Amino acid sequence: MSQLPLLSILTFTPLIGAILLLFVNKNSHGVLRTIAMAVTVVTFILSLPLITGYNAPGTDIGGFQFLENIPWIAAGPFQMSYHLGIDGISLWLVILTTFIMPIAILSTYTAVEEKVKEYMICLLLLEVGMIGTFISLDLFLFYIFWEIMLIPMYFMIGIWGGKNRIYAAVKFFIYTAVGSLLMLVALIALYFKAGGGDFSILRFYELHLDPATQMWMFLAFALAFAIKVPMFPLHTWLPDAHTEAPTAGSVILAAVMLKCGTYGYVRFAMPLFPEANAQFTPLIATLSVIGIIYASLVAMMQQDVKKLVAYSSVAHLGFVMLGVYALNQQGVTGGMLQMLNHGVSTGALFLIVGFIYERRHTRLISDFGGLAKQMPVFATMFMIVTFSSIGLPGTNGFVGEFLVLLGSFESGLRWYAIIATSGVILSAVYMLWMFQRVMFGELKNPKNQNLKDLNAREVAIMLPLIFLIFFLGIYPRPIIDSMAPSIDKMIAQTKVQKQVAQLPGAVPALPPGHMAVPGMSEAGAAPAGMPAGHPAVGAEAAPAAAPAGLPEGHPAIPANHEAK
Amino acid sequence: MFDLVWLIPLCPLIGSVINGLLGKKIKNETVIGGIAAGSVFASFMVACGILFQLLSLPGEERVFQKTIFTWIQSGNFKADIGFLIDPLSATMLMIVTGIGFLIHLYSIGYMHGEEGFYRYFCYLNLFTFSMLCLVSGNNLLLMFIGWEGVGLCSYLLIGYYFHKKSAGDAGKKAFVMNRVGDFGFLLGLFTLFWYLGVNHNVWTINFVELAKNADLLVPGAVVTTICLCFFLGATGKSAQIPLYTWLPDAMEGPTPVSALIHAATMVTAGVYMIARMNFIYIKSPTALLVVACVGAATALFAATIGTAQNDIKRVLAYSTVSQLGYMFLAMGVGAFTAGVFHLMTHAFFKACLFLGSGSVIHAMHHALHHEHSEADPQDMRNMGGLYKKMPVTFGTFFIATLAIAGVPGLAGFFSKDEILWQAFANPHHHDVNYALWAAGAIAAGLTAFYMFRLVCMTFFGKTRLSEKAWHHLHESPWVITVPLVCLATLSLVGGWIGVPKILGEVLGDMPNYFEHWLEPVFAYSTQYMIAHGAHGVHSVALEWGLMGTSVVIAFAGIGLAFALYVIAPSIPEKFTSMVPALHRAVYNKWYIDEIYDFVFVNPCKALGNFLWKGFDVVVVDGIVNGIAAVVRGFSGILRYVQTGFVHNYAFSMVLGVVLIVAVYLFR
Repeated sequence: MSQLPLLSILTFTPLIGAILLLFVNKNSHGVLRTIAMAVTVVTFILSLPLITGYNAPGTDIGGFQFLENIPWIAAGPFQMSYHLGIDGISLWLVILTTFIMPIAILSTYTAVEEKVKEYMICLLLLEVGMIGTFISLDLFLFYIFWEIMLIPMYFMIGIWGGKNRIYAAVKFFIYTAVGSLLMLVALIALYFKAGGGDFSILRFYELHLDPATQMWMFLAFALAFAIKVPMFPLHTWLPDAHTEAPTAGSVILAAVMLKCGTYGYVRFAMPLFPEANAQFTPLIATLSVIGIIYASLVAMMQQDVKKLVAYSSVAHLGFVMLGVYALNQQGVTGGMLQMLNHGVSTGALFLIVGFIYERRHTRLISDFGGLAKQMPVFATMFMIVTFSSIGLPGTNGFVGEFLVLLGSFESGLRWYAIIATSGVILSAVYMLWMFQRVMFGELKNPKNQNLKDLNAREVAIMLPLIFLIFFLGIYPRPIIDSMAPSIDKMIAQTKVQKQVAQLPGAVPALPPGHMAVPGMSEAGAAPAGMPAGHPAVGAEAAPAAAPAGLPEGHPAIPANHEAK
Repeated sequence: MFDLVWLIPLCPLIGSVINGLLGKKIKNETVIGGIAAGSVFASFMVACGILFQLLSLPGEERVFQKTIFTWIQSGNFKADIGFLIDPLSATMLMIVTGIGFLIHLYSIGYMHGEEGFYRYFCYLNLFTFSMLCLVSGNNLLLMFIGWEGVGLCSYLLIGYYFHKKSAGDAGKKAFVMNRVGDFGFLLGLFTLFWYLGVNHNVWTINFVELAKNADLLVPGAVVTTICLCFFLGATGKSAQIPLYTWLPDAMEGPTPVSALIHAATMVTAGVYMIARMNFIYIKSPTALLVVACVGAATALFAATIGTAQNDIKRVLAYSTVSQLGYMFLAMGVGAFTAGVFHLMTHAFFKACLFLGSGSVIHAMHHALHHEHSEADPQDMRNMGGLYKKMPVTFGTFFIATLAIAGVPGLAGFFSKDEILWQAFANPHHHDVNYALWAAGAIAAGLTAFYMFRLVCMTFFGKTRLSEKAWHHLHESPWVITVPLVCLATLSLVGGWIGVPKILGEVLGDMPNYFEHWLEPVFAYSTQYMIAHGAHGVHSVALEWGLMGTSVVIAFAGIGLAFALYVIAPSIPEKFTSMVPALHRAVYNKWYIDEIYDFVFVNPCKALGNFLWKGFDVVVVDGIVNGIAAVVRGFSGILRYVQTGFVHNYAFSMVLGVVLIVAVYLFR
């Protein structure tokens, strides 16, 4: 591992690019685009050493690496430090961000002709915010990046958006701002509970808060993140924001920004407040499952392609949340993979919608039909992406969805998993119905008869995504393997603390293998380090009630739970 | 040779990729078709090599696994990309590559001049790849890749003529109904994995390991649930009640596709799956009963619909549904070997029938085209007397029809008779056995009837074509007739590898090779039944009697069809006018599609619309916008306080101080 502060370089390269853009003439669009493109490509290249360097021999396997910690602000009682680091969970989200950005910028070459300079600056600032969010280990720093991310997106929707852009931008801003203010209050409260020091989450992980405090703080964090995810019923900003946002905005919003919400759960809300988390697991699982079914049904009836994709996002993120709350290796891995897959597939879908919107300036399904004949290359790519979104085996979508469902089935969330599995039917219904109406049938609309197929630039935008769709579908192991140790730690963090907190308190411990409340019992009093399916547990666990034998501990790292 | 098993699915995949990426540039039909057919032929050769090597080993050693790489590994869950070679998968590999090759060859002729020629072969090769994964995967998840992959290709090929709305609809319907089945498959997989893992610390989805640990599966509710979940998957893929309605619509695809996917291979995947997991099904009599009843009901039900259809391909489609019902009946009564045997013979004769009908449609299409007629080339009411013009097609079609009707000596007779006998004599369902047998026997009669109705309407009698069209009607070229002859030959002799015991004894100790071949695959189930002291009916006389009965039924059906459609063609019309309601109901497929629309599709759409326009827009956004309105309202009022005059502010400050002091004093 190099001694270079790689993460800082990574975060601030786009910022330097944005500053550079300030000095470029606003009318030389070509230069502006090239610089922005070059900066994001450089950022992507800079992020690659993270993949090779992470979990290199001699490092703290699964822990936070590439650490940087500098005391930063010390104002009165508050001490904030500039504390960065990544683990297997954030690593891939950072890579996703740096990977999507050049694609997003390339997609704007012909789509945005006005205020190009400002647009590019917004995009680059957005990248700073997003990378920063994923790599901050200081809660306050995290909050700052979280807010930085919000502002460029607000402008992107509000200035370069569609007809209804102001409404959508304000709705987006207010929804998210409400959540983040609650989070701010909670994180300050958390800071005082910790009794001074800095805002490092590593330190906060050590706290054993009493259940009541945990509950209130969890609620504040969970609400902020739930809005961002978005979870039912807080999702209504998303269809509006997506529909009105310019293509690049939609792509980034779907591919990366929504992940900040789910990442927030995995990194903060769940491990910081394990007991409260366990208490609210049934509620969140319920909302996730409702989200999957509800959003799928609503997506089915949409007349605007972009809105349909937006609702499908809600459904996909329902899967992510369900998997993460299964709180076992398969579930969390599946949830993490689903985050990346959704980034790739839904990003690609928004690009595709952007392609036809640029050509026809409409997104209504009824305006199309029969495009497959006119645009065969487009049709092929659209179809691949559609099936990836449906989760066809062999594409990326399947691996994540499958592990989510498997993980939640094995955990106490079995019934939720069964209902969620029916989502695989609905996703096929709404995606294929849309695909049929847009691409198949006769080419009736005269305006569609002169449509041109994708040009070289557009193909170049899509190819990396299509490559990933297949790569992640066929060989997801490198990613799963590098995430597994960190996920183990996260699970152990969320469960061990609960046990520690339970021992002194007089919380009646459930014997393992007894189903009390779905989603909670598996944590029960089962020692977290117990190997899965331990004969003793297995014997006790009757077929109908055996959530105790959760597969824990990735084979590669047995019993790393004492690490805490 | 075993180590090369990965070549079997890989060859068609390469063919598919080449045609998909470069086909548009290649343009030359011979090259494209050659690549596609050649790649399947290469697989066929490898499959033959594997078959021979397998045959050279003693029975109990005929299991081989080859792992390529680990696909997914997370926690206790592990799924490999790996292959399993045993008699069952070798049989399936032979069927898929062998018949697949013939149909690829046939397609070169049939699809000649079509616009998307390369696209067709790309899909067809991709299908072959998926199907080969399905039947040779060594674990449930790889099977599932193939399972969904064939669904995808089926979707693509049904919707091949995508400019037709009906084709797009049919493709979508097929995929969605298959997805309903996949829902069951996934749940079955989850339950099985979880059940063995939690209770016995066996975390596996590998077939060989599952089979090894079959004793750990204790009969009970969970095992029944697992079986029924998987069976739901099978009803989707193999078009059984209640998910069969997509298959007749799938006839929108090109005819060779119907032959390969919707008759010979893909639709039998469900049967293969149950055969592969026989060691689980044998543990659940309830699940077996459900499988048997659904199979028998489908066999009978689809056969009734088949009697009233006029589209040549639709008759064959319902016939396929019905024959698949037989295979499930076999599975449900524990006659796994008989079911797989029928799968194989059905692949021979049904592929032959479909390809034959394709040859007829091909010729009809050209003839009608010359006449500039708009008449439907698939409607049997436009045909008649074709045997004079198309002798090869007629000959092969007739042989295959005899085979499916159950005429003694042909392939279908042996397999169907075995199933009927087992339905009657099996030790699983005692009281229901007679009903199962009766349903199967009646369906057999109906099969003979509608198949000969088809033959009579198409090939016999006076032609209903105009003279000009008749003049232009020709026999198809060799690429079409050669596969027909091959398949007809197989339909003729293919049954002799599975001669029933009682017949074999009469014919001079002729063993049932097929049963012997598959014995190791079903050994566990056989032993399990013996260990549990289950006894079926054993009576040679009874078996002869039943065999005779089914032969009589078959000939009765054939005779009736001849009587009604050749000798006295006016009777059917009189009959339908006598009971118009019944005829209408049968002709409209008992209105099942309409019922499904009414019960599932429309309510779903209405619910989606309500949730969107009712809940999302009115409730959630209503609350959000309502809060915004309230805030705006309040700020509107409060705005008046912000006058900007210093004395007003000073006044309110004083007022505040007075209030606070007052509260403090008088508290």
